[in-house]
Amino acid sequence: MQFAHDHILSIILFIPVVGMIPLFFISGENKQATRWWGNVVMFVDFLASLPLVFWFSREAPDQQFKFIERHNWIPSIGAQYFLGIDGISFLLIMLTTVLGFLAVLSSWTSIQERVKEYYAMFLLLQAGMLGVFMSLDFFLFYVFWEVMLVPMYFIIGVWGGPRKLYAAIKFFLFTLAGSVLMLLGILTLYFRYHADTGLYTFNVLELMKHTWPLNLQYWVFWAFMVGFAIKVPMFPFHTWLPDAHVEAPTAGSVILAGVLLKMGTYGFIRFSLPLLPQASTNPRIVKVMVVLSIIAIIYGALVSLMQRDMKKLIAYSSVSHLGFCTLGIFALNPHGLQGSVIQQVNHGISTGALFLIVGLIYERRHTREIKELGGLSNVMPVYATLFMIVMLSSIGLPLLNGFIGEFTILQGAYEVSWRWAAWAVAGIVLGAAYMLWLYQRTMFGPCENPKNQVLKDLSFREIMTLVPLVIWAFWIGLYPKPFFNVLDKPVNAIVERLNPDFFKAAQSARAPAMSPPAAPASLEMPSHAAGASH
Amino acid sequence: MHFLNYIWLIPVLPVLGAAIQLLLGRRLSNKAVSAVSVGLPGLSFLWALGCFFQLLSLPAQANHTFTKVLYSWLPAGAFHLADGSLAHLNVYVGFQLDPLSSVMMLVVTGVGFLIHVYSIGYMGHEGGYYRFFGYLNLFMFSMLVLVLADNYLMMFVGWEGVGLSSYFLIGFYFHRKSASDAGKKAFVVNRIGDAAFLLGMMLMAVTFGTLDFLPITEAARGGRFAVGDGVITAICILLFIGAAGKSAQIPLYVWLPDAMEGPTPVSALIHAATMVTAGVYMVARSNALYVLAPTALALVGAIGAATAIWAASIGLVQNDIKRVLAYSTVSQLGYMFLACGVGAFGAGIFHLMTHAFFKALLFLGAGSVIHALSGEQDLRKMGALWRKIPTTAWTMLAATLAISGAPLLSGFFSKDEILWQAFASPYGNKLLWSVGVVTAGLTAFYMFRLFFLTFAGNSRVPHEVEQHIHESPSSMTVPLICLGLGAVGAGYVGWPKVLGGSNWFGRFLDPVFENPALRPALQHTWNLEFGLMLLSVGVALVGFFGAYRWYAKQPGIAERVAAAAGAGYTLLLNKYYIDELYDALFVNRAKDLGSALAAFDLGVVDGGVNGVGWSTRMSAELSRLWDTWVIDGLVNVLAFVVKVLSYPARVLQTGLLQSYAWFITLGVFIFMVYYLIYF
Repeated sequence: MQFAHDHILSIILFIPVVGMIPLFFISGENKQATRWWGNVVMFVDFLASLPLVFWFSREAPDQQFKFIERHNWIPSIGAQYFLGIDGISFLLIMLTTVLGFLAVLSSWTSIQERVKEYYAMFLLLQAGMLGVFMSLDFFLFYVFWEVMLVPMYFIIGVWGGPRKLYAAIKFFLFTLAGSVLMLLGILTLYFRYHADTGLYTFNVLELMKHTWPLNLQYWVFWAFMVGFAIKVPMFPFHTWLPDAHVEAPTAGSVILAGVLLKMGTYGFIRFSLPLLPQASTNPRIVKVMVVLSIIAIIYGALVSLMQRDMKKLIAYSSVSHLGFCTLGIFALNPHGLQGSVIQQVNHGISTGALFLIVGLIYERRHTREIKELGGLSNVMPVYATLFMIVMLSSIGLPLLNGFIGEFTILQGAYEVSWRWAAWAVAGIVLGAAYMLWLYQRTMFGPCENPKNQVLKDLSFREIMTLVPLVIWAFWIGLYPKPFFNVLDKPVNAIVERLNPDFFKAAQSARAPAMSPPAAPASLEMPSHAAGASH
Repeated sequence: MHFLNYIWLIPVLPVLGAAIQLLLGRRLSNKAVSAVSVGLPGLSFLWALGCFFQLLSLPAQANHTFTKVLYSWLPAGAFHLADGSLAHLNVYVGFQLDPLSSVMMLVVTGVGFLIHVYSIGYMGHEGGYYRFFGYLNLFMFSMLVLVLADNYLMMFVGWEGVGLSSYFLIGFYFHRKSASDAGKKAFVVNRIGDAAFLLGMMLMAVTFGTLDFLPITEAARGGRFAVGDGVITAICILLFIGAAGKSAQIPLYVWLPDAMEGPTPVSALIHAATMVTAGVYMVARSNALYVLAPTALALVGAIGAATAIWAASIGLVQNDIKRVLAYSTVSQLGYMFLACGVGAFGAGIFHLMTHAFFKALLFLGAGSVIHALSGEQDLRKMGALWRKIPTTAWTMLAATLAISGAPLLSGFFSKDEILWQAFASPYGNKLLWSVGVVTAGLTAFYMFRLFFLTFAGNSRVPHEVEQHIHESPSSMTVPLICLGLGAVGAGYVGWPKVLGGSNWFGRFLDPVFENPALRPALQHTWNLEFGLMLLSVGVALVGFFGAYRWYAKQPGIAERVAAAAGAGYTLLLNKYYIDELYDALFVNRAKDLGSALAAFDLGVVDGGVNGVGWSTRMSAELSRLWDTWVIDGLVNVLAFVVKVLSYPARVLQTGLLQSYAWFITLGVFIFMVYYLIYF
């Protein structure tokens, strides 16, 4: 038990990898055994992550990072096997293990070709994603970041739709282009740290303690920004997303939207903000990031409004929702950041479920064209009900999850500037419009198309892929306190790093409330003076 | 039993019903469905009565206010207030019962319960019976959360919840496109208001550091803010935009008439008696803020008065019985906002309460008429129903009299209090008052027009329908009678001083609307108030006689007047073309923008990406050409040169022994010749 407790992260991380090995010994003909094995491994991985829920708040309450595991890996370059989680990564890991299992469960009947390879890819993908959220060593992080690209490439490229090769290559190259820039940023910090201290290390916690020259911070910020912004994706780096989603198999879309996109926002929160506090709080940089976020919110929603393909519509809605997440991050205050992380989880739940829902109908009708559907609530009432709940959670109806995240983000944004909140609120109105319209066109009205009249309602397995997400959505909507509690500490630590005065007493003369709070005056100094350490 | 401690049961009982219906309802018989879904709201009504009487018996110094906090809902961490101090935003799930919310609670549970009972009969033959009751229960839950919340965010939960249930219920006949269109329109228009409400809440959070009613009221009354404070004015205007969405005021009223696509009990409950009054409740709840913002109050009053007369004018000519009532509702809500706008929040809530009775009754009566006529809603195909459905007719007459302001019926008291306040309050003026009086005349006209067209004159009912006319079952008529009693008597709780009463209702609400500024101004002469009262009754009589002459005595005049009015009539009949205008200005423009951006996304943004891909491929192609023709070409040229130069040497290297022998022979021969010549 003690061993399991101390190595819980490694256990969660390596269950999928180890689970891949027996797959090689199962005959490719025996699809049923392969399916069972894939599902069992993912379920066991989910079970393995459950103890975290009980242990997390009790574990080392005074430490920012918990369940740390640390071993030398490549001593010559200072790379370590260094895992550890805080509240932010904890929530994203739980999201990954839950969605990973549900995505695999949803593939039971929809994948008939190359079944063994499919499950192997999914297990590898799962390990890569978990590793990204657990790593506290930059080198290790980068390895996982890239590892997860490969299985996703194959999932889209092999089991995808008609334009799968185009989409897969686009996805891979686009993301890789960003990652390479990010790698440059990492190496810049790595060598600069060596130049300053004589030590080679990729240890993120050590790098965070270092004071980086302002000029370097700007360059590294933009390098990271491109890498993360492509992953999120922020406007205008988002166009790989609709293609990848439309072509990917259902489970691929679920993971893509549910987890992969969160790596971008996670990157901003985990690395950009605390490593580069002066760059991240520079008013001009903040302005760029916020304007891009707001464009994403409104633009994504408007483009969604006019899509004819269900999957594409939901893909663009992701752009809009992730715009809220990045807006919250760059509000740079506790409300914005907490809301952002909660909204990331929410988006995983709601959009993951939406893609499952589209997948269910695609499996039956082999089309995602909205005009091919209509009146489905007449023939598939259970499906219609679940779709309704998920749609409501996506448009941010109170007592469901989306509202909690959106409200907290908007509140955080409002605290910086009412204009930000006012623009973002437009996204909420449009969000209701495109989702309700989608629902109306697919579910309501008479069921006239003879192909739709014979559709079967959901099976027990299919219902079970959605029910956990619905329960989770209600949980966050009704009682989000546990989520806020785990986020409180890490978020406050980040805010304090960005703006050491934030939690100081009120009497200190502060700027008027409408100006950005997290922008100390010293940041306005010209950048050529930045070489000196602060 | 301590009812107040379990006040949360009041909203939770109906939501239990909703959960049962929506999860298991398909398997239940109609009897079981009605038992659960009517029984639970009934229980919740009884519980509400218990709470009400316990509230009355609370000690007076508590201002009749009771709060019950259940748990911490949204503990969203630290933030800076506008004045720079650090605060923590922590929103609780909590309930507050005070005179204002207890009035709302009783109206919602009481009228709501009657409408549930009515629905048993009305919806008896419809498919999706369980679904209907599930949604109706969900609505009750949301509305009760809205009125019982102790903070703005919880209120917003109910606020969105009622919008959602209204969306479901308007679109209940979802196979009809107009119904699901109307549901969507209602939700989206409401969302526009909600967006402003959200912004208003955020501004409150950074101003007060909390969203709870009591601390905000306390801070607003504590003298921290001057009258006319810009921030408070901004909050009030944002909240009012939210209220205008929910309560169908200009310019966001367009969804309510379309909402008549829903089943009639829904129109009665949601789109007349309760949900649409949520905006009035919210403004009244925020009265401490509004009295600090005279500009916002003036806006509320002006919009209210304008909506009242605007909607009444449309209602004059509509031919669909439910649409007349819908515009009437918009108009009456305008009255309530007019009252709030002149600072007479109590009068607004009084009218809200009496309106709940007579408007619910009018809709349910209209439903009974529609039921009797096998679904007919067109006034032009009714007439002479007085003797055929007498219970409906009598109760409808009571409600029509009440809404028209016939003396000593409920509407008379509340409407006259509003008009008097509009005239006499320091926030009021003669213009608002005269708009109110004219609207009262219009109201009497269109209501009696409706009444005469339905019940009097000659029958215009098609013959085959006429065979089946029947009075509704008792599950429908009993609620009609109960509401009829309310429509007649509900005003007595506010019997005004001018007629020798004591206005118990106003005094009961006073602790909520404590507003010292208003007190002295209402010192007035008895003669003036009584004279104005007579005047407004006179105006209503004019409206009544107009309708009587045109529609009962000499039917046919109306058509001639309509023909004479020409364009004006068409304009009214088409509701001033506002829907068309909004479609042209906003809906279609949003769609166009969406299409344009989608094209932009595909062409420019994605085009850029594909362009990068294409140029990479092209430069790869160029590199290939360069590599093949230049780099590799150079190598090949070099090789070629070597090849050419080496040609002679290579020709010699044939590998044939004979040629080598031949060359040796030749070499020997040349050598010998050379030797012979030079040596």
